Amino acid sequence: MGTVTVAIVRFGGSNCDRDAERALEHLEIDAEIVWHEDGLPDGTTGIMLPGGFSYGDYLRAGAMAAQSPIMDEVREAAGEGVPILGVCNGAQVGCESGLTEGAFTTNESARFQCEPVYLRVERADTPWTERYEEGDVIEVPIAHGEGRYEITDERLEELEDDGRILFRYCTEDGELTDEANPNGSKHNVAGVLGDRETVAVLMPHPERVTLPDIGNTDGQGVLEGFERADA
Amino acid sequence: MTAYTATVTIRLKHGVLDPEAETTRRALERLGFDLEDLRSADRFEIDLEAEDAGEATERVDEMAQRLLANPTIHDYDVEVDER
Repeated sequence: MGTVTVAIVRFGGSNCDRDAERALEHLEIDAEIVWHEDGLPDGTTGIMLPGGFSYGDYLRAGAMAAQSPIMDEVREAAGEGVPILGVCNGAQVGCESGLTEGAFTTNESARFQCEPVYLRVERADTPWTERYEEGDVIEVPIAHGEGRYEITDERLEELEDDGRILFRYCTEDGELTDEANPNGSKHNVAGVLGDRETVAVLMPHPERVTLPDIGNTDGQGVLEGFERADA
Repeated sequence: MTAYTATVTIRLKHGVLDPEAETTRRALERLGFDLEDLRSADRFEIDLEAEDAGEATERVDEMAQRLLANPTIHDYDVEVDER
């Protein structure tokens, strides 16, 4: 413990960066907020793209932040196996920058939604989900207007066959129903892996269910992925 | 060099759900309008100088590919006119 330094990349309009820092600190994972224009610090052994509304969601959520030069460094780090987690706006930035496939776009409801949801763990053999069993159901909040996972049917099938779907929206009992799908995501997809299992993005906020004071700590296992991937 | 205005129109790919258009369609129907369907699109007008229309198109096409459109969900077209 304590050997990992996670760079939490702050863009103009990021607003979950401090939550992420507190959550990681609680887990005794060393973390540092990094302004995107300053680039990644030397010795970065993990990267978190936090939630928020970078650049006011202009054009598309995440589209502007994805063009920041720091994202070239992030992509390079991804290729070297550095663990990278994108949450909410960070997930949108991840898809816009090509770290992960698909797109997170306007909710089916066309509204901003802030509510707890249930997620089914689709794979428990990745750094982000080792704490769980496959099929486990965890409760994590969402807070987004553009979280509907969209991709071509053909490509989605290929991602499914490759085991690149990490979380799906489900009922409390783990069933994948339309009612349990808060935003109309294809096949209830809530989070996906990149080319490597060390890269993951998800729309729900694990950092908001990590501190015991909040009452629910279901998200801890996801953030602990930074240590597991580093080991 | 010639002055051009390039118009980039960005639409959702066929089959991609458009909740904003759907909401707009329902609002029009509530106002009493009769319509079968409604699609929305984004349009950007870009003023630039180029050697010829071909070069202007090529440059704007790259802008669309790299930023204005998201190829996962969008189709786009570029039209170039002398200004």
